[in-house]
Amino acid sequence: MNYNWNWHIFFEPNPTGAGTYLDMLVSGLWLTIKTALLAWVIALIFGTIIGILRSLPSRTASWIGFGYVEFFRNMPLLVQLFLWFFVLPELLPRAAGLWMKQLPNAPFWTAAIGVGLFMSARVAVQLAAGIASLPRGQKQAATALGLTTGQGYRYVLLPIAFRIILPPLTSEFLNTIKNTSVAITIGLIELTGQARAMQEFSFQVFEAFTAATVMYLAINIIVVTGMRFLERSLAIPGYITGK
Amino acid sequence: MFDNLDFDVIRRSLPYLFLDGMGFTLMLTGLSALGGLVFGTMIALMRLSSYRLMGRIAGLYVDFMRSLPLVLVIFWFYFLVPYIGQWLTGASRPIRVGAFTSSLVTFIMFEAAYFSEIMRAGIQSISKGQPAAASALGLTYAQSMRYIVLPQAFRNMLPVLLTQTIVLFQDTSLVYVLSIPDFLGAASKVAQRDGRLVEMYLFAALVYFVISCVASYGVRRLQARIAIVR
Repeated sequence: MNYNWNWHIFFEPNPTGAGTYLDMLVSGLWLTIKTALLAWVIALIFGTIIGILRSLPSRTASWIGFGYVEFFRNMPLLVQLFLWFFVLPELLPRAAGLWMKQLPNAPFWTAAIGVGLFMSARVAVQLAAGIASLPRGQKQAATALGLTTGQGYRYVLLPIAFRIILPPLTSEFLNTIKNTSVAITIGLIELTGQARAMQEFSFQVFEAFTAATVMYLAINIIVVTGMRFLERSLAIPGYITGK
Repeated sequence: MFDNLDFDVIRRSLPYLFLDGMGFTLMLTGLSALGGLVFGTMIALMRLSSYRLMGRIAGLYVDFMRSLPLVLVIFWFYFLVPYIGQWLTGASRPIRVGAFTSSLVTFIMFEAAYFSEIMRAGIQSISKGQPAAASALGLTYAQSMRYIVLPQAFRNMLPVLLTQTIVLFQDTSLVYVLSIPDFLGAASKVAQRDGRLVEMYLFAALVYFVISCVASYGVRRLQARIAIVR
């Protein structure tokens, strides 16, 4: 393989004049983490609301939940980001559209919200499945104790359902982190974007991508370890496969 | 709201969008799904094999691929495939690889990791009596896999495999990062040439939406039919 390896490239100054190539990648890593965390919060909030709607006996509620999930699941994430980034500002009233376009960090907010909503549909499906997996007696007992529907969800159904779906939620969180890289297409220079930039400036393709790969693997290992710890401490003895 | 939009741009570019763009997307989806299934099944068999080392290697591959974002993998293979080609053919320089070949290799290798997990679940869902009966009949391991286990595993997992293919169909839009004219790439080219971003992206979204909706409805129907048989 006639490729000039140069692992010292990471410590050479980058062309932006601020620090080394490694600094570039690390700043990308932070942006990936920040975007993913915000997106995950959005996904959890909207996913919970829609997941509850899907589990309610009301037909209207489950139709809304169904429509929401189908809308966000049947379009590629890339297309959804384009819709939020390029299309929405044009369709809004002039002033609002202009405000959106001039927003500082527009790619960041678009990416966080776009990825968040995209993932919220998946969270909703998981949560609805989690709630459906609870024995019917749980809901009936809550009603028998005089809890309203809202209280029943708040104090009985949701706490157990979330603990049941913790393992699939872990993979959805990992997907959220990975999906932020799609925002490279709307100009968000996160980890993959910085690796690509480094490749273009330095021509050291494989070093740049190797570094990004190692960073993604590290994030994965940290998240998986953390979630496993959380799963163990939240396991309901005798209910889930608690050890 | 829609006054200054010109939806005629879609009609004018229809042949390009569908013959070139959608043709590329569907071809890439189909071949990747097929290749991913073949390699995925091989990886699943490796993972379940009694040779621990083989299982370990296959497991590492799957975990590795699944922890990387597809965009990064696309970039990796885009730059790596010419070198792999050089190594395979023994050429003196990295060979030139077309956009289609490069993305096909990427998606096959990437999807194989996901398909292998599905096939592994499928193989594990077959009751132990099946391969036991096969070896009692004198079938070798290969024959028992070929005639007994894999056909049933494939059939049980067909809805999941097809759902994964729908995901794959949506994911192929990411070749956009290499400026390859798949369906979305073609729409984007027209959009930028004519300054009609709103119309083209809305149309692209609609097309993806309709195709994915119809396909997942089909999968649900199929699932219902298979469920009765079992």
